Amino acid sequence: MGDVISNNQTAIQTFVLAEADDALIYGQRLTEWSYSAPYLEEDLALSNVALDYLGRANNYYEYASELDPAGRTVDQLAMLRDSREFTNLLIHELPIGDFAFTMARQFILDSFYIEYLDVMQHSTDQQIAAISAKSVKEAQYHVRRSREWILRLGDGTEESHVRLQNALNELWGYTPELFLQSSAETELLASKVSVDRSQLKPAWDKRVDAVLEEASLSRPEVSWQVSGGRDGIHTETHGFLLAEMQHLQRAYPGLKW
Amino acid sequence: MTAIAATHPEQLQRQQTRDRSNRPDLWTLLDQVKDPEIPVLSIWDLGILQDVAVNEKNHVVVNITPTYSGCPAMKQIEQDIKECLSSAGYLQATVNSQLSPAWSTDWMTAHGRQQLKEYGIAPPEEISARRAVECPQCQSSNVRVLSEFGSTACKALYKCEDCTEPFDYFKCI
Repeated sequence: MGDVISNNQTAIQTFVLAEADDALIYGQRLTEWSYSAPYLEEDLALSNVALDYLGRANNYYEYASELDPAGRTVDQLAMLRDSREFTNLLIHELPIGDFAFTMARQFILDSFYIEYLDVMQHSTDQQIAAISAKSVKEAQYHVRRSREWILRLGDGTEESHVRLQNALNELWGYTPELFLQSSAETELLASKVSVDRSQLKPAWDKRVDAVLEEASLSRPEVSWQVSGGRDGIHTETHGFLLAEMQHLQRAYPGLKW
Repeated sequence: MTAIAATHPEQLQRQQTRDRSNRPDLWTLLDQVKDPEIPVLSIWDLGILQDVAVNEKNHVVVNITPTYSGCPAMKQIEQDIKECLSSAGYLQATVNSQLSPAWSTDWMTAHGRQQLKEYGIAPPEEISARRAVECPQCQSSNVRVLSEFGSTACKALYKCEDCTEPFDYFKCI
């Protein structure tokens, strides 16, 4: 019995850490727009969304730290692990690209998270449920803006339409990974701590297709897809992101504000 | 005819916790702690103060609910609570952050909404009421969104089409 519980704990920690990495890496990407967004209101919006993701990451890291067998702190988990130890899904780490790319990814993720977190707020793990219940409200708010931008850019000028369509085409092969189960998630399915991601796909398809159609965009044909994030196999840009994000903690170990 | 309470159930429970507390003085004391970004709004009126209790060793435990996951004001609020308590002689204090149930703008008190409005920020519409956003200057409902996100995590930016003033709206979640 004791073993079952401790195995479960290991799986929960692995799972929570992956959720934390998703939120941190994506939040860090969004902060790259600070002071360089197309105009002031967008700068604030992008920074605010980044903040929500960084807060979400902090909530997950605090829990992962509590469960960590090595007793690592939140800072150690976020700022002192190497690329191969990060298990974020690849779509979160892709460079920000142009504004169309950023909004296309935001919309893809928002459409995923409103479905995913809505289910996860009923996780049998109370802490995961609480973090999800908090975050789903934020995701529902985020999608109001990202959806609006998809419509504006898709139905905007020829230039904005082309850029957005190109962004979707580039991103599409990264979307199937959102619906793949990690081994930790599979292990936690029976106890209803995690959810079967593949079952969320129809609802996501429906949401995304409806908006793409309204914005006169075509749903890209998937002729390729990549995965590997949950195993620590990342795109080449991941290390550069970490180098910038972790610079202070690496250069001045134990640094505090 | 039965009167239906307009108060959100979680807000009602918060009010009951306060009403039934055997230390109402501590709640009143904490009314001095304001949201650092909106200095007219107390943490009680904002809806984030959940509970306060003191044990036999004079150690005070305060429970608060964060507004937005990444709200940078939370650390400051925690600090302000401790300072407020220590200035009243409570040197030992713990502030717990409680995620569940998740905070909603529906927990904001009527007094808090009024304070916000007088301060020039349109208060959040109650999710159940679905009222339109009003300009805090001229009360017109002829307003438009400039940005869904404003100068802090909790605000959106609006403009009044009648008096032409831009204004902050405390966004509704």
